[in-house]
Amino acid sequence: MDYAAVVLLEILYMIAFLALASAGLAVVFGMTRVINLAHGEFVMLGGYTTLTCFKAGINIYFAMLVVAPLVVGLVGLIVERLIIRFLYGRMIDTMLATWGLSLALIGIVSMYFGTSAVGVPTPIPGYQLGSYQMGGYNLFIILITTVLLIAMWCVLRFTRLGLVARGAMQSAEVASSLGYNPKTVYMITFTAGAALAGLAGGVLAPLTGLLPTSGGAFIDKAFITVITGGAAVIAGTLSASVLFGTISQIVSFASHPVIGEIAMLALAIILLRLMPQGITGRFFRNSS
Amino acid sequence: MIAWRSIGGVHWGWFILASAALLLFPLGFETHTASVLLIWALFALSLGLMWGYAGMLSFGHSAYFGLGAYTYAIASLNIGESTIPLILAVVIPAIVAAIIGAMMFYGRISDVYMGVITLVVTLILFKFMNATAGDRYVIGDARLGGFNGVPAFPVLNVPGFPEISLFGTPMYYICAITLLLCYLLCRWILARSFGRILLGIRENEVRTELMGYNVPAFKSAIFVISAAIAGLAGCYFANWAEIVTPSVFSLQTTSEVIIWTIVGGVGTLIGPILGAMGLGMIKLLLGQQTTINNFLVFGVILIVVVLALPRGVIPSLQNWWGAFDRRRGRARAKSRRKLTTESTERA
Repeated sequence: MDYAAVVLLEILYMIAFLALASAGLAVVFGMTRVINLAHGEFVMLGGYTTLTCFKAGINIYFAMLVVAPLVVGLVGLIVERLIIRFLYGRMIDTMLATWGLSLALIGIVSMYFGTSAVGVPTPIPGYQLGSYQMGGYNLFIILITTVLLIAMWCVLRFTRLGLVARGAMQSAEVASSLGYNPKTVYMITFTAGAALAGLAGGVLAPLTGLLPTSGGAFIDKAFITVITGGAAVIAGTLSASVLFGTISQIVSFASHPVIGEIAMLALAIILLRLMPQGITGRFFRNSS
Repeated sequence: MIAWRSIGGVHWGWFILASAALLLFPLGFETHTASVLLIWALFALSLGLMWGYAGMLSFGHSAYFGLGAYTYAIASLNIGESTIPLILAVVIPAIVAAIIGAMMFYGRISDVYMGVITLVVTLILFKFMNATAGDRYVIGDARLGGFNGVPAFPVLNVPGFPEISLFGTPMYYICAITLLLCYLLCRWILARSFGRILLGIRENEVRTELMGYNVPAFKSAIFVISAAIAGLAGCYFANWAEIVTPSVFSLQTTSEVIIWTIVGGVGTLIGPILGAMGLGMIKLLLGQQTTINNFLVFGVILIVVVLALPRGVIPSLQNWWGAFDRRRGRARAKSRRKLTTESTERA
């Protein structure tokens, strides 16, 4: 019974991890069709921001929930102005340029912070579940992700900004004929996506540890979650996270964590072969 | 201007010049570094053929490079000589590429999703190979060794004579001759109707399909050819390094070959070759110092090339040279015209 609860909690945690790590990428991909391969490095930057703030004596929750998204959002804004805005509509070129950006960010962070692994302490102690020791911080991540997804849905569904963003996504021409400059919308979207990546980086840093190359640990999972999810931001991310999180953890418990990850990646290939438009391209078509 | 005869797309004058330079190189220089540059050039050539002429970008070409390297290492440990392992190192990546390519192209996967799937295949191999430490993962006499890789396998030997191993300068000659032959092979492929159809697919896939060509079959075929060349490059790399580690599958290997190809020039064969040799040299030189990080340099190069020279260095140079040549021709024609009008006025 305890064991079942442990497995269930681990599955929930994995789903939350995937949704959190890929939310920023999903916003950018869903709204602007830009595949940002530097997303993992944005997450990594969020982690390093949190670490720097924590060392400077700032409250850790404030650092991860406020400072990290602001700093990484600013980085995203600069990147959009300098690089991405020239490349809208050229998908392969954006993938290449953001890949270059990801390498450059790894280089800068290695030169500044060094290449050895550092960690942020977990602010929430573990607890006892029957005979198993559980990480309390996992529950915090599940909570944060739930709140975040609901907030994103509310913004997209009920606010003017969300309405304009959804309109620009469906038809840039119509939105611009109604007086909304799609370029501004894209810029705001990309900045928001980067800020979400920074938030994910800050929140996940105490669990994953930090390395200049740790973005690579996020990018593959975020990438397959978003692409498999399809163009609808929230429904896509959520459905793909549930699917991949469940499969990966069940296989991990049955055999080995690496096999779990490989099963997740193999499943992604099969799903893309069967549904090249993603899950939401096939099923939940009218969702946001 | 010297008019080099161009038959089948090969400028034979330049080709003979380049061959002579490559083959005479060991007389004056050290060959160990040069060998690996040629191996990287071969790897970039394999990607440049597929990306430049069929318009298909594989984000995970290191999968086939690495498969070639691992296949050679495992097979040569089991067999004890190098001829059959060398053949296997070409055939096995080709078979894997045939399966994956057919799955993608008959499924009508678009170019972006092709990028995702090829990348994921590489990541799977990378993760798997990193996790193969211990006695459970053994193929015949070869331990896969996980993170530490497969060391101490027999290097290339003269076919039929396992005791005469080819290393150092002979290895350099093998790499140089293979590169030249593969270049000619690519040219030959592109000069045939097969190559023309690939160009058609690159320019307009739907139209090529409507003309009655089986597009998925052609795309799978060029994917297999490209993977086979990449596998051969991987096999040589294993011989050069004398150890195979999972890093052959890493994102770094994949990103390097893409950067070499795009910087050299997509849509040419000489571009990727020169790009790989030039940037490979820079990489080796940067590896000797610690002030500037390697990743930063190559990341910035990639961004600048995508933004400023999207076609790469060699095609841009060809463009400028062409414009310069035309302008010179026009100037010459103008002065000639001027002379004739002046002479008629005088008369």
